[in-house]
Amino acid sequence: MSKRADVETKILIAGFGGQGILFAGKFLAYIGLLNGRQVSWLPSYGPEMRGGTASCSVVISNGPIGSPIVNNPHYLIVMNTPSLVRYEPDVTPGGLIFADNALITRKVERKDVQAFYIPATSLADEMGLKNLANMIILGAFIKRAGICAYDDFAPALDKTVPPRRKNLIDANLKALETGYSYD
Amino acid sequence: MEKVLMKGNEAIAEAAINARCLHFFGYPITPQTEIAAYMSRRLPKLGGVYLQAESEIASINMVLGAAAAGARIMTSSSSPGISLMSEGISYIAGCDLPCVIVNIQRGGPGLGGIQPSQADYFQATRSSGHGDFHSIVLAPNSVQEMADLTGVAFDLADKYRMPAMILGDGILGQMMEPVTLDGIGEPVTYDKPWATTGTRGAREHNIINSLILKPEGLEQSNFKRFERYAIIKREEQLHEEYLTDDADIIIAAYGAASRVSKNAIKMVRERGIKAGLIRPITLWPFPAEAFAKFADRVKGFISVEMSMGQLIDDVKLSTGQKRPVTLCARTGGMVHTPEEIAKKIMAADKGEWQ
Repeated sequence: MSKRADVETKILIAGFGGQGILFAGKFLAYIGLLNGRQVSWLPSYGPEMRGGTASCSVVISNGPIGSPIVNNPHYLIVMNTPSLVRYEPDVTPGGLIFADNALITRKVERKDVQAFYIPATSLADEMGLKNLANMIILGAFIKRAGICAYDDFAPALDKTVPPRRKNLIDANLKALETGYSYD
Repeated sequence: MEKVLMKGNEAIAEAAINARCLHFFGYPITPQTEIAAYMSRRLPKLGGVYLQAESEIASINMVLGAAAAGARIMTSSSSPGISLMSEGISYIAGCDLPCVIVNIQRGGPGLGGIQPSQADYFQATRSSGHGDFHSIVLAPNSVQEMADLTGVAFDLADKYRMPAMILGDGILGQMMEPVTLDGIGEPVTYDKPWATTGTRGAREHNIINSLILKPEGLEQSNFKRFERYAIIKREEQLHEEYLTDDADIIIAAYGAASRVSKNAIKMVRERGIKAGLIRPITLWPFPAEAFAKFADRVKGFISVEMSMGQLIDDVKLSTGQKRPVTLCARTGGMVHTPEEIAKKIMAADKGEWQ
């Protein structure tokens, strides 16, 4: 993450409801918070969460955050085709798109952004990490975007995972690691 | 205590408990349901009462009853539910009872939609019911302020014996930000000798009532209430100024719209346009003095609001129409982009105030 005071990192995560989009965003926000940054997390809420696209705006900044709404993300993480279609045009020129190509059938069309394809859902199935494709693609994103060090994962997971689900931390760490080391 | 991530709605609920509000009556509605859900989890464990009423009308009348008995009491809803509460809010004001009402606004009119809006400004600031009365209206613009101003709302409600409203919107209710309740401190407590707590044969009955059939008596009662309102207008105005020192264009915006406005101000300042923001934190009493002092030295004002021109009236009233005041409005659940606000500022900078 940049140390310049005026730099805001704007991230948009989108997919189907149930893929853990909001959880991934909350984890990312805690990464920022534990690194002493200002953060905001804003979910889409409403009917579109049931069956259509769910999305979540995360802003990580060194100064006070203005709007928590990410209209033009620097980083777009997408886990289904409708989300790629909908949000690809909004990415800031020079931005990065991370797509789960186990589920997304088409390629990124824009030439002024960088695209990374991670078959997160297939990797999750292969490794027995059920429902953790979100953390696999997030691990890949964190590595390439230089968001934080690997050592930050465990403390942020400890904050994000509710007390009664602490048994899931190890699987989440494994998923993050899988994405982090994916080439 | 370290900062934790909380939704705005949860921060309000936790801050209310922190302010010793152990009673909550409400009815679920998007986008405020997390407040009721949080209270339903916490209050029974604290020896308090959480009750989901059969409707908003029932909720607000339960609030009236609990307030009459001297309890710190809160309810929450979103726009259509607040309309249903109007009669009860008027009765609470007529009975001079303290309570906190949270409105996490959504698009209207009617059943409208569930996306964020600021279209209940008139309803909140003029009066949320029939008759001559006001509620204190507080407008947070961050999750931390959702918590901080909840404490302030309970304090002011008790101090002046009247309803206080937290006016938020779907963005502020649903978003998470780091928050701590450490700075809030112990709540101020007030003696309530007027409360109907039982005479135990030792005093006269306390009567809490809003029915005064003799017009002379009702007029006197209203006069007395407005003497209190005059004190509140003088002493309780709150606002924030952002880059106003050298500003020649002032944006008026509160809540979520004020945050998007700050992005727009940064954008135009990079082009050398001196724009600033006055953010009312109390919407009633409106921080009229803060606006009035700029009326002679700026080119004009832009009211950025998620409503079709409501806040703008208070900007005009407080600046005496000495300078142009123009509107930058979105409605129905739509939220401004920083770019469209910046465009409006740049047009105003060229003298286009339409």
